Amino acid sequence: MGADAYPPRFAAGDRVAVRRAYPPGHVRTPYYIRGKTGVVERLCGIFGNPEELAYGRSGRPKQPLYRVRFRQHDVWPDYDGPAQDTLDVEIYQHWLDPASD
Amino acid sequence: MGKSLSAAKDAEPIIGAMRSHHDLGGLAAERVQPTEHDYALWEKRVDALLVLLTKKGLMTVDELRRNIEALGPQAYDTMSYYERWISSIANTLIQRGVITIDELGRRIADVQARGDGR
Amino acid sequence: MPHDHQHSPGAPHRHPQRPDQDDTLTYWRAMEVAVRGLLIDKGLVTADEVRRQVEDMDSRTPLQGARVVARAWTDADFRARLLADGNAALEIMGIDRGPYKLVVVENTEKVHNLIVCTLCSCYPRWLLGLPPDWYKSRNYRSRAVNEPRAVLREFGTELAGDVAVRVHDSTADMRYLVLPRRPAGTEHLSEAQLAALVTRDTMIGVAVVGAP
Repeated sequence: MGADAYPPRFAAGDRVAVRRAYPPGHVRTPYYIRGKTGVVERLCGIFGNPEELAYGRSGRPKQPLYRVRFRQHDVWPDYDGPAQDTLDVEIYQHWLDPASD
Repeated sequence: MGKSLSAAKDAEPIIGAMRSHHDLGGLAAERVQPTEHDYALWEKRVDALLVLLTKKGLMTVDELRRNIEALGPQAYDTMSYYERWISSIANTLIQRGVITIDELGRRIADVQARGDGR
Repeated sequence: MPHDHQHSPGAPHRHPQRPDQDDTLTYWRAMEVAVRGLLIDKGLVTADEVRRQVEDMDSRTPLQGARVVARAWTDADFRARLLADGNAALEIMGIDRGPYKLVVVENTEKVHNLIVCTLCSCYPRWLLGLPPDWYKSRNYRSRAVNEPRAVLREFGTELAGDVAVRVHDSTADMRYLVLPRRPAGTEHLSEAQLAALVTRDTMIGVAVVGAP
């Protein structure tokens, strides 16, 4: 019945883009970060998929979870602060693609 | 036609792809008021029930969140934090077949008739 | 001025309860009694377990976090361990390692960290106890990610322009604790005296630790 967990596709330092996707239902990828590009800060571990756990299922295969660091000016075009300010968001692997740039 | 579809892909999400009302990051809002209160005993009990139910494998925090989100914008904004939690816990237990709607409804009526919050 | 009175971490501290809570049997309160009663009748939880869990949560306060911070300020090996593996460091201190991974983020001369959960109210409850209302409020959850410096100013925290503000949106399976900077002029203080300086708000990142 398939793998218990998806293997990690990304490592610290990789540039990744959050999928610009808007499925219905319970998801843990904030709306504001979809479509944005950042850098993997670390692999946090492998965790049950919350989009499955939320409906009483097993959450398997588990998903790698990453902390992705974004430059604030890349997230908010009108960000009022210096260039070095950043925002870290935890994102599951199935929401990430390799960055195209 | 193909052109407008590809343009739409990079613009704002299509109609229907709504931001869920609990997903607040970046929305315009007011000054943060540094509010707090001492939790009432019934609120602490709700918190305790969630911890016990997740430890025993009778529900997950993810189900708690989903059923809070399912309350809809108005309930989400008018109910207090632990009111949302107990509503969500009850709905999850019904969905899982741990309790039935009928027994919960009767039990709430009994509690109200007794007027005793213990 | 985050508050009109100063908090000492862990000390019993009274805030007003909203009316309608323990004195009025609201519909939702009746639902809590009903759900708890059904679970007990079915043998799925016991009244004793609920009572013990309430007591257990009452015993978890920001003082636990403050002790961890003070140890990190005075013990370089512990600090390194805390930053590498927060849960293991808690165990060293005899504190519950908790059900979630603890990520400790360190404030420095050039970096200030701020924690928020925009989707709900994720918080290291097993370590700091239940979060304050403002942490769960619409205003904080909306604005901490895109206007962190304005939010910090509302808590009386003004940062220099060359400091990087790092916001952490706690969206999934990590829980975050800020390791605040040790204030100058505290070299003579004991670990316990240092712990008394560390407030809950400094471990969320909305405030900095003041000099004694």
